[in-house]
Amino acid sequence: MTTAPDFTLCEQLIVAASEAWRGNGELVATGIGPAPRLAASLAKLTHTPELMMTDGEAYLVEDPVPLGPRGYDDRKAAGYLPFSRFFDAAVWPGKRHAMVTPSQIDRFGQTNISYLGGSYDQPKVQMLGARGFPGNSICHINSMFVPAHSKRVFVEGEVDMVSSVGYNPARRAPGVNFSRVDLRLIVTDLCVMDFGGKDHAIRVVMLHPGVIFDQVQEATGFALEAAAEIKTTPAPTAEQLAIIAQLDPHNLRATVIKDNPAGKRN
Amino acid sequence: MNKQLTIEQFVASLKSGMTIGIAGWGPRRKPMALVRAILRSGLKDLTIVAYGGPDVGMLCAAGKVKKLIFGFVSMDAIPLEPYFRKAREAGTLDILELDEGMLQWGLKAAAFRLPFLPTHVGLGTDVMTHGGFKTVQSPYDDGEVLLAMPALKLDAALLHVHRADKLGNIQALGPDTYYDEWFARAADKTFVSAEEIVDRMDHSYPEEARANIVERCFVHAVIAAPLGAHPTSLPPSYGWDMQHLKAYAASAREDGGWDAYAADVVGADEAGYLDRVGGKDAVAALPLPIF
Repeated sequence: MTTAPDFTLCEQLIVAASEAWRGNGELVATGIGPAPRLAASLAKLTHTPELMMTDGEAYLVEDPVPLGPRGYDDRKAAGYLPFSRFFDAAVWPGKRHAMVTPSQIDRFGQTNISYLGGSYDQPKVQMLGARGFPGNSICHINSMFVPAHSKRVFVEGEVDMVSSVGYNPARRAPGVNFSRVDLRLIVTDLCVMDFGGKDHAIRVVMLHPGVIFDQVQEATGFALEAAAEIKTTPAPTAEQLAIIAQLDPHNLRATVIKDNPAGKRN
Repeated sequence: MNKQLTIEQFVASLKSGMTIGIAGWGPRRKPMALVRAILRSGLKDLTIVAYGGPDVGMLCAAGKVKKLIFGFVSMDAIPLEPYFRKAREAGTLDILELDEGMLQWGLKAAAFRLPFLPTHVGLGTDVMTHGGFKTVQSPYDDGEVLLAMPALKLDAALLHVHRADKLGNIQALGPDTYYDEWFARAADKTFVSAEEIVDRMDHSYPEEARANIVERCFVHAVIAAPLGAHPTSLPPSYGWDMQHLKAYAASAREDGGWDAYAADVVGADEAGYLDRVGGKDAVAALPLPIF
C-alpha cells in the first residue's frame, strides 16, 4: 500500500480547478492569479495537452512557464500571441477559456472587478475597471476561482457593477446574441460549483472533505442548488503534486488561502 | 523635412481641453518623459484615453484630467493605481469606462474614419448601462443587435519607442507593442519620443524595418528621450522600476505626497530627471519583468 501524500487545501483546489479545462482542445487556457495559472498548467501537462498557453507576456509556450522569479529567456516560445493580437485571435473568436477571481459574483454568474459601493461617478472603493471582462464573458468560456468563499464575494443582490455577462434574463436585450456565454466551474475553498441548475442556476457539485452543504449555503448570499449526487473533492495524486511543485518552485501557492491550511483527508 | 522637436516644443504644441491618447499598457512602454512634460506645464482640462498605468495616476494627481476614457488603470505588480483611485473616490473625474477590446475598437474606428464599429462586447454589462452606447441591427439575415462602439478620435497621441528618424520613421522593438499603432492612426497629431534619434532610419537600421509599427504619415513629431519610459518598462532595453513605483504608490498615503513627488522627482525639467531617480546607468540596467 502506498501512503497518500500530504497536501494543502490550495493544492487540492488547483487539481479541482484544472478539471475546468478538461477536453477543451485547442483553446488558450488563461489562469489569472497563482492558483488558476497552476491549474491551467496542470491541465495542459496532464489530461489536456492540446491546450494553448502564453508566457504571460507575448509568446505561446508548449511547456507552461513556472511561477515567480526565473531567467527572462527560460521560456521557449513556440508561437506568438501578444496583447496586440489578443482580441483578434483569442478573445473575440472564442478561442479561450479563462479562470478569474472576481471581487463579487451574483446568482446569475455576473461578476464585478470595477468598483465596490457608491456610484459610477463616485465609487466608494475603486478597483481595476472592467478590464476585458465584458468581452471575455460574451465571447468565450469562463470559470472562477474564489479562495475565500463568503457573502462578500457571493452577494445577495446583483453585483455593484456588472463587469461580465451572466445568465440574468433582465439583462438579455432582445436581438443580442448571447449564445457564446458559457460559464463552467466555480472553485472555492469550500466546494466546486457549476451552472447546471434551473436556468443556469449555480449548483454545488462537489464538497471538499469535511465541508457540508449548509456551510456553503451559509457563506453564500443567494440560494444554491445541490446536484443530485454531490461528490467529495478528490485528493491530489503524488504525480499531480509533483507537477504543481515543479511549476511553483517558490511556493507562491502557499499565499493563496489564509494560513495555507492542510487538505482534509477523507 | 525634419520632424524633430525638443520636449519644450512638444508640450507647447498641446492645448488645454485636448483629447490625448497615451499609448503603452499599464506600467509598460509608457511615454513618461512626455507625460512629465505635461505635468510641468500649465495644461488642464484634458481628456485622457489610455490603458492606464502611472501615466494616468500622475495626471490625475496633478489635476490635469477632466475626463478619463479607460479600459483599466493598473501597475501590474501593484494592481490598484493609488492616485487614480483617489480621484475616482473623490468623484472629481468624468469617466467613460470601457472593456479593453472596446477601447482599441474605438481607436480603429477613428483610424478608419468610421463613426463606429459594431461589436458584441459591452452588451449585457454595466459598461453599456453607464457608457450611453447605442446599438445597431445587422442589415443581413441574422438581424443581430450589436453595440456601436463610437470612434475615439484623438487630438494627440503620445508614444515612446526605441528609435526614430527625423522624417518620422520609427522602430518599436520588444515582444509586444500593444495598441500603440492604433493610438497613432486615431490621432490628428502623433508625438513619438524615442530612446535614439537618427537622421535616416534606412542609413542606420535598415535590417529592422518590421519594427516600424506605424507609417510616418501618422508621425508628426519625434522627440529625443533616452530612458523616457522610466519608471515603466521598455523591453528589450530595460524593465520597469518597481522600487520607484512602490515609493510613488506609497506617496499617495502621505499628506502632501503628490506635491513632494512632483517637486523632488518630476522636478522642474527633464534634463535632471534621470539623476533624480538613480542615474542613467541604473535605469538602463533595470531587469526585464518576469510574468
